[in-house]
Amino acid sequence: MMKGAEAIAEGAIHAGCRFYFGYPITPQNDIPEYLSRELPKVGGTFLQAESEVASINMLLGASAAGARVMTSSSGPGISLKQEGISYLAGSELPGVIAYVSRIGPGLGGIAATQGDYKQVTAGGGHGDYYTIALAPSSVQEMFSLTKLAFDLSDKYRNPAIVLADAILGQMKEPVEIGERPALEDIEMPEKPWALTGAEGRDAQLVKSLFLGDGEMEVQNWKLYDKYEKLKKEDTYYEELQLEDARLMIVSFGSCSRMVLSGIEMARAEGLKVGLLRPISIYPFPEEAVRKASEAINKVLVIEMNTGQMVKDVKVSVDRAADVHFYGRPGGGLPTPDDILAEIKKVY
Amino acid sequence: MAYVKINKDRCKGCGLCIQNCKLALLVIVEDELNVLGYHPVGFVDGEGECKGCKFCAETCPDCAIEVYK
Amino acid sequence: MTTEAKDKPKKVYGRPESLKDVGFHFCPGCNHGNVHKMVAEAIDEFGVREKTIGVAGVGCGVFLYNYIDIDVLEAPHGRACAEATGVSRVHPDHVVFTYQGDGDLAAIGIAETIHAANRGEHITVLFVNNTVYGMTGGQMAPTTLLGQKTTTSPYGREFMGEGYPIKMAEMLATLEGTAFVARVACNTPKNIMAAKRAIKKAFKMQIDKMGFTFVEILSACPTNWGMDAVTANKRVEEEMIPYFPLGILKERTTADYL
Repeated sequence: MMKGAEAIAEGAIHAGCRFYFGYPITPQNDIPEYLSRELPKVGGTFLQAESEVASINMLLGASAAGARVMTSSSGPGISLKQEGISYLAGSELPGVIAYVSRIGPGLGGIAATQGDYKQVTAGGGHGDYYTIALAPSSVQEMFSLTKLAFDLSDKYRNPAIVLADAILGQMKEPVEIGERPALEDIEMPEKPWALTGAEGRDAQLVKSLFLGDGEMEVQNWKLYDKYEKLKKEDTYYEELQLEDARLMIVSFGSCSRMVLSGIEMARAEGLKVGLLRPISIYPFPEEAVRKASEAINKVLVIEMNTGQMVKDVKVSVDRAADVHFYGRPGGGLPTPDDILAEIKKVY
Repeated sequence: MAYVKINKDRCKGCGLCIQNCKLALLVIVEDELNVLGYHPVGFVDGEGECKGCKFCAETCPDCAIEVYK
Repeated sequence: MTTEAKDKPKKVYGRPESLKDVGFHFCPGCNHGNVHKMVAEAIDEFGVREKTIGVAGVGCGVFLYNYIDIDVLEAPHGRACAEATGVSRVHPDHVVFTYQGDGDLAAIGIAETIHAANRGEHITVLFVNNTVYGMTGGQMAPTTLLGQKTTTSPYGREFMGEGYPIKMAEMLATLEGTAFVARVACNTPKNIMAAKRAIKKAFKMQIDKMGFTFVEILSACPTNWGMDAVTANKRVEEEMIPYFPLGILKERTTADYL
């Protein structure tokens, strides 16, 4: 049994992350608390910074120095980290950001929400870039997707976010994680670009400033090509009971668990409803949603927000089916009964 | 005997070396233009007075002066 | 104009090895060039070029990597001390320094600076104070002197509303985490020699794991001050130094963790 937030932290350790820089904010404090206990045991460094801005920049420094490194935060803190996230993308540096959402805007509150989908999938900071974004729906996935986030982040040299919420963060579930591997047994890519001191090689530079004529455009297209490759090779999703479905629900994260209960109730009444759950929300499983929607003429998007994912679904469906929406923002939770009622309305 | 070598194409004619040469052996060469478009500094030491004190080179922000002694 | 002597005089002053053989982009009379030279000289003196990582702040100093032949990380505006913390934690045996201007370090990055100093990070911070935002075009800086006209204090800085010029060296010297704090200037050969000594001392103390070292370098910005280089250096002497006094403000003799 493990708490979701701790599964993220343990996932990072299993991925070979030995550096964590963070700043307290509810509801993600279990992550820094766990790592402040556990990282020293594996020879790692835990540092509570003076702010979210400082912590993401420490992450940037450690990443440029070649290490696997993580930070974590929630809404207001992630807003502050957007500066560094943009610079990570601009400097083509990896780095994992664990995001346990809270309701907003502003201080909002600490209840669970999916109101940060837009921020996470649209880049978030300034400039023409995206972050890799994975949305777990179980404690097991909090663990495994954190590991995957490190791999993808290194593979694409781009920041990766694991987007969870307070439900997933606080939830306890059985997980299979195995023994902590020794650092030398963890498969990690070489980082010949890292700043390690110019010993036996030419001096290296990590930067995001491109002032030369046309230089930035070249860089922007380079980033674009990476995101295209990411879409092709690393889009993740799960399909459940879609084979015979007349109605497809698209839902992610903790919300998809409640949707599953709703689908079960609907199936018991003979309604053919299935689920497509994006696991990577950037890249969004456009192709899968489009294909699935071809055989189904109705799509229902269910989220714990005011419909932030609807646009992605609509673009993917490309008018092949009607897209409906049901959502509960501001900490409201869609109950299976609500979901069943909504299914019946749309079906 | 000491002397200085000026990399004229690095000189921006700021005059700090001139100010700091106690023996007034450095001058702006008004009828010369370097690749940067500045009148560079020249070393005029007909009587071999330069002591190689390095003040000119130390103060040169562009690292355009070498000192030999 | 030069004459080769028969006994082949030796070069007694030239470009430090770690300073790439390219011209600076700096304006005529700008002291950034002097500071770059001093940093390269310190790196050469301790033979640490291959284990030094520089962190460039945003401003005229951002092109550090074009000039000094070492690994360099470019930091977002003001965050260099946070970046340096990350780098130094990953490579504790390397020499890590930041190169920052007054807008970068004393305005937007003051929190990162103070906390890195307070944690006693094993880094060296070189702070070029020329009382003005140079690269963005001469706006008011936290260190702009009272009465000084800039593009955003066109009537001269007034303490009512704009506050006083910040004395970073004094402020950081009060923190337990700092091992070495000095303020130097580049306006005369004598001050340049003292500046060199201070920068070397700061690097040496970092190499000896003594903790956070900080050197504030008073510097002229003739372009944004609207004066020639010689007059600008005079201004450093007559206006800056009286407000920002030179000297070593703090020097530990044992490491902070001993």
